[in-house]
Amino acid sequence: MPGKTSNARSTAAIDWPAAIYRALKSQRVRQVSYVPDAGHKRLIDLCHADRDMAVVPLTTEEEGIGLAAGAWLGGERATLLMQSSGVGNCINTLTLASNCGFPLLIVVTMRGEWGEFNPWQIPMGQTTPDVLRLSGVRTLRLERAEDALATVTAAARLAFEGYAAAAVLIGQRMIGTKTFEDKP
Amino acid sequence: MTAPQLDRRKIVRALLDRRGGLLVVAGLGSAAWDCTAAGDDPLTFPLWGAMGSACMMGLGLALAQPARRVLVVTGDGEMLMGMGSLATIGSQRPRNLAVVVLDNERYGETGMQETHTAHGVDLAAVARACGFADARIVRSNSEIAPLRAAVYRGRGPLFFQVKVRPETLPLVLPPRDGAHLKHRFREALLGKKAATA
Repeated sequence: MPGKTSNARSTAAIDWPAAIYRALKSQRVRQVSYVPDAGHKRLIDLCHADRDMAVVPLTTEEEGIGLAAGAWLGGERATLLMQSSGVGNCINTLTLASNCGFPLLIVVTMRGEWGEFNPWQIPMGQTTPDVLRLSGVRTLRLERAEDALATVTAAARLAFEGYAAAAVLIGQRMIGTKTFEDKP
Repeated sequence: MTAPQLDRRKIVRALLDRRGGLLVVAGLGSAAWDCTAAGDDPLTFPLWGAMGSACMMGLGLALAQPARRVLVVTGDGEMLMGMGSLATIGSQRPRNLAVVVLDNERYGETGMQETHTAHGVDLAAVARACGFADARIVRSNSEIAPLRAAVYRGRGPLFFQVKVRPETLPLVLPPRDGAHLKHRFREALLGKKAATA
């Protein structure tokens, strides 16, 4: 299959989006916001199917930073899902996390780092880890599907018990590299 | 187009007087000073940055506290930067959220440059098109009492674009420490649970 890695095949056997969903549930995340990515499709579907979650589609990623801050003011935990191209949109708004100590959990599906076919994804994908670090966000890499539950749980604890801003970066190799050959 | 005439401090005092359990997010700049001039309160979260975020903070708070009324008070410049959040709020339709934009048609903190609303951009029409239950422009003092009633009792989401005079008023500043503002808000709202939630 052109563009698909061997990792993507082994990944398919493990329902890692369901593992991330279980991690969010066990960490009492109640508000989930997102700008969609193909890599987040199943997780987004699982969240929408959960009547106890408020699921908030956004017009741009930084809206999710404000939403998470408001949720915390009101006593709830929030998580923001996005693709790496959305990280740059968040930079100034991340001051809410660094200035006020609002907990923040972001789950990022990476583009532009592993067999990327779209050159427009590469600059932001390559700078995503540094942009987050410079903005005060701790990053955890998720490279193997079997680590999804542990890694997202660890990031959630950093955020909600450590009062930190934390992002899980899901490797493009694990998600499976997008190609237009796969598209209908 | 007639020049905006209303007194922003008078409007905000009218909204925040005897506020009960109202939860308030104030957008950065003059809107935050106006809320502070009406009386600093732990249940007001004034922003000093993160421009464009006021409405989204209000949405997160409204979703977390469906039994409480939530009011976002912000300016036209701040609202223009987060205009997409009107679409996001419109798609969620929180019944307990109201947004009041104090529209002086200027960027008041940076030299009174005209904003887009000085050139005909109708934010209330945007909010209406995004599915707000009620969205209108307020131009006269006679509309203040109904505005207050809507903020406290109306079925949201509600949006009011209040045309206020472009004027530079004495600064009345809220605390600047974001961690302090967060803690005092959560303690006032959540009590002892604030430390454990």
